[in-house]
Amino acid sequence: MDSSVKFLGTIFKNPVIVASGTFGFGREYEDFIDLSKLGGISTKGLTLNPKDGNEGTRVFETSSGMMNSIGLQNPGVKSFIENELPNMLTYNTEILVNLGGNTIDEYLKGIELLNKTNIKFIELNISCPNVKEGGMAFGIKEEDIFEIVSEVRKVSKKKLIVKLSPNAEDITRAALAAERAGADALSLVNTFSALAIDIKRRVAIFNNIKAGYSGPAIKPIALRMVYDVAKTVSIPIMGIGGIVTAYDAIEFIMAGATLIQVGTANFIDPKITLEIIDGINNFMEEEGIKELKEIRGII
Amino acid sequence: MKETYKDGVILKNKEIFPNIFLMSLDIKTEAKSGQFFMLRTGDTLDPLLPRPLSITSTRNGCTAFLYEVKGKGTNLISRLNVGEKIKVFGPLGSGFEIPRKGKMAIVSGGIGIAPMLSLVEELGKLSDTDLYAGFRTGSYLIDYLNPLVKNVFIATEDGSVGEKGLITDIFKPEGYDMVFTCGPVPMMETVYKKTKGIVPVQISMERRMACGFGACLGCSIKTSKGMRRVCKEGPVFWGEEVFYG
Repeated sequence: MDSSVKFLGTIFKNPVIVASGTFGFGREYEDFIDLSKLGGISTKGLTLNPKDGNEGTRVFETSSGMMNSIGLQNPGVKSFIENELPNMLTYNTEILVNLGGNTIDEYLKGIELLNKTNIKFIELNISCPNVKEGGMAFGIKEEDIFEIVSEVRKVSKKKLIVKLSPNAEDITRAALAAERAGADALSLVNTFSALAIDIKRRVAIFNNIKAGYSGPAIKPIALRMVYDVAKTVSIPIMGIGGIVTAYDAIEFIMAGATLIQVGTANFIDPKITLEIIDGINNFMEEEGIKELKEIRGII
Repeated sequence: MKETYKDGVILKNKEIFPNIFLMSLDIKTEAKSGQFFMLRTGDTLDPLLPRPLSITSTRNGCTAFLYEVKGKGTNLISRLNVGEKIKVFGPLGSGFEIPRKGKMAIVSGGIGIAPMLSLVEELGKLSDTDLYAGFRTGSYLIDYLNPLVKNVFIATEDGSVGEKGLITDIFKPEGYDMVFTCGPVPMMETVYKKTKGIVPVQISMERRMACGFGACLGCSIKTSKGMRRVCKEGPVFWGEEVFYG
């Protein structure tokens, strides 16, 4: 029994990656979990220049889910490379650098800086709903997705994982556009555009009105999207969306994901990924599964 | 590795004022006053996230929390009975900076009184402390604080207890060496403005948070030193860091 997974030529210790925006650059978790046990870490979403993020309410809980409007608070690519990346590279786990941008030029400048580092993977964020710089504007229409991924592909020397938005006009056409444009892999889904209202004050909870919705409440929809995309493209997929337990993770693998990402659940308990990894191993042992590819995409 | 969530057994969970509960757990902690715990009931996914509660007391090997029932999470916590368990993670965040000596003033608004009992416990014998407590109506926790402070001043908006009006109208900063405040942001801003140039003030902030340990950036606020997380660099900040504008 071996839960390691080969993904874009790299062996991941296990299929569990922590999702961008839920794990910072790892530092906050160092005290609580042995980070070398993770399959990988996707960094907090970076932009070329530093960002303070959004004003007003930034997180709001809903039934079995949460909404956020952090607004990509981040130190910028340069500061990340100088101050965070050297530390992350000591974690002995795979690092995915999540990059967003407001313009194609910003994406390309970020990519050029990252080309000079020894990272292997860029997760291209064309799906953050909370700021212009999050790139969701690039992630809705297939022609826009094709354009941004094509341009980034020309410059990037790294493996390119395109993170898709569930708010895309058509998730399978979005996935095909990214694949045609040269994406090495896809990750999906980012948060769902959503709304909450304070009825007493008669205002939206968030200053930007809409915010990104995540957590177990969205899992069945995310799972359906991963299933649809896996049936459509031939590049590998990271499944994301409301994964809290090993059961959820295995569902995504059976729906066609090679790797999975755990996001919001990290906030429930910083140790939760270790429980998910153990749970996947236990399931494999109980079911006599030698490698995860035996169950990948079997639905 | 440090532990995260563990079970605490409820020793007491009593409504001491309408909608205000005092809960005590069998958790022994070396927490500093001003720090907080994340608490969650059960293993179900609704509510999804834990609730941050300020530490009210750490005496006698127990950890106590004064909390207001505001939504689903605190409502579920309030319904737990003595002997039942709750999951707790902490202590988290920064605490109050405790001066070696001097005369202190505590200015609280409403449930912002929650961390102040542990503060006067920590100030202990050094304590030459006056408490200024403001409430909308009525008062709570004063019985616990009264024996540990020198003078107690109370103001209520409806005049039901103490002076009628705002506590910030009664509080005067002269003669104090340190001021501690916790309550609604506009109240703390008034306290800061009154103390500016006279006496340093430590403010304890409250913000919606998801994780409680610095990962989600949901509680970040703009300060004079840049973006700071209420859960990690805070909840206690210096007045001039927060109200720098």
